[in-house]
This record gives sequence, C-alpha cells and structure tokens, in this order.
Amino acid sequence: MTRSRLLALLLLLLLPSFAAMAQVQTEDQPSDDPVIEQRLAKLSHELRCLQCQNQTLADSPSDLAADLRREIRAQMKAGKSDQEIIAFLTQRYGQFILYRPRVSPLTYLLWFGPFVFLLGGLVVLFRYIKQRRDVITEQPLTVEDRRRAEEMLASSRKETA
Amino acid sequence: MFKYLIPLALFLVLVVFLAIGLTRNPQELPSALLDKPAPTFRLPQLKQPDKTFSAEDMRGKVWMLNVWASWCVACRDEHPFLFEYQKSGVVPIYGLNYKDRPEDALGWLGELGDPYLLSAVDLDGRVAIDYGVYGAPESYIIDKNGTIRLKHVGPVMPEVWEKKILPLVQELNRQ
Repeated sequence: MTRSRLLALLLLLLLPSFAAMAQVQTEDQPSDDPVIEQRLAKLSHELRCLQCQNQTLADSPSDLAADLRREIRAQMKAGKSDQEIIAFLTQRYGQFILYRPRVSPLTYLLWFGPFVFLLGGLVVLFRYIKQRRDVITEQPLTVEDRRRAEEMLASSRKETA
Repeated sequence: MFKYLIPLALFLVLVVFLAIGLTRNPQELPSALLDKPAPTFRLPQLKQPDKTFSAEDMRGKVWMLNVWASWCVACRDEHPFLFEYQKSGVVPIYGLNYKDRPEDALGWLGELGDPYLLSAVDLDGRVAIDYGVYGAPESYIIDKNGTIRLKHVGPVMPEVWEKKILPLVQELNRQ
C-alpha cells in the first residue's frame, strides 16, 4: 500500500467525526440559467475563498464558498453587474477576496517591484560589461611572442608523437 | 572590497522581510468593515423565536457581537471565558448563532451554559456575509453610534480581552 493510499484511508476514517458536527447545509444548486452559470464560473475564478486561502471561490468545497456562490447567483438573478458584485464582496471581505490585487498605491510595489528589480539588474549588468571592455584591451602578438608560441607547439607535438 | 558585501547585505534584508512574514498570521485579515456602520439585520432570537433582535436595538450602547456555532471547535475554547467577560459587566455580549441547527445550538448552550444576553439565529449565514465573517468565532465591538470599532477573528482569550477589548470599550464608553 502506498503512502498516499494509506493517508486517504486515514482521512476516510476521520470523516464520521467531522460529519457529527455539521453546519446547516445550504443548497449550492446550479442555476437553470446557463448565462448566470457562465458568469459565475468566470467571476468565481477571480475570487478567493477566505477559508482555504489558496483556492478560488470556484474550486473551494468550503461552506462559506458555497454560501458566497449562492449569494452571487442571487445577485446576478437580481440583475447586478459583475462590478457591482465585486464591490459588494470587497466592501465586506476587503481586497483580499480578489485573486488579482487591484493596482493602487498600496500594491504598487507588488505590481511594479519585479520590473524595478529587472531594470536594476540590467543596469548592473550593462555597467559590468562596459567596465570589462575598458579593462581588457586587445593586445596584438609581437614577433617574439609568435616565435615562442610556435616553439611550444612544436615541442608538444614532439612529445605526443 | 565592500562590493563583495552587497549580496550579503541584500540577503540579510530578505531574511528580515521573510522573518517578519513568518511571524504574521495569514488567517487574520484586515477587516474591511472597521470604522464603518455595522450592517443592519433583524433576526429571530434563539431562545424566543417569536421575538427578534436587531443591531438597531443597541443604539446608544457599546456592545459586543460574538459569532458562534455548535459545530465550531474553537468556540469551545473561548466559551468559558465569555462568562467571565459577561459577569465583569464591561460590555454586554450578544451572540450571533451562525449556520447552526437551533436544536444543536440550544443543546450546546444547555450543556456548556449560556453566557449571552441573547443569541440571534442566522440560519443561512446571510447576515454573516454582511459582516464579512469567514471563520467562527468572530467578535465585533460596536460603538454607541452603531459603528464597528474592532473585529477579532478567533477565540477571545483573556490576553485579547485585556489588551485589545477592555481598553477600547473603556475608551468608547467615555465618549
């Protein structure tokens, strides 16, 4: 039995103890309107589940995520636009619910920081290359150097022969 | 010579940032509702379902709203302390019973005791969405004008009570 199978089995054994303290389940039924379902699918991939923070609202199995999906469906049915729904959610849960943080003075460093670092790296690299070119100038061989080089080559040929 | 120390300096800066990041609790989010009016609601009371409770009823008082549920494990941790807080008379504590079957909730209070002046029943969690609840227990301190002045996510342990809630409530009561 592999380790992951064993883990799955252990989790299964734990399940009943969780089920005993269940919360009130609210239905997370898909709406019969395909347009709403499509909008929900798109929107909920942009929103974070606040209970399991590295999942989107679309992927999360948590009860809060189900409640929020239900709320979003209800608001779409009531004719609210995606912007209005996002405003509704950020008013309550803050910007953290957005998977893609908004560009604002608070998030400038987050959005533009990497490019600043890239630019800084390029400047350092450019200056380094320029500096090297100044230090290392090409020096042509003198007649004497050429003679010594040929002598060395000849002697090494003799050794390998 | 100092040139060779630059990467080390950058590394140390990174270490400091990461060290600060490690000590922070990612579950604790800044509340978007801080210093905003507490969302209005009117919900049936747990023990007297024919009566309702509303945030409006509390106008002119500093009060605490504590979101709890019988299925919430961490609520058990703070529960015994709520009696002490309520008994101290510092701030009236009201409950918001969150997505709980009323019979489970009543059973829980019967077993562990009821520290709340009363609890309102939020069966489908709709009011909790208005309050931005994402993990019970959560506690809100609401001032005389009905403005949310503090949100605490997680159990209100004595340390939180003494350092965060007590000074704030005393300050708000003076206003």
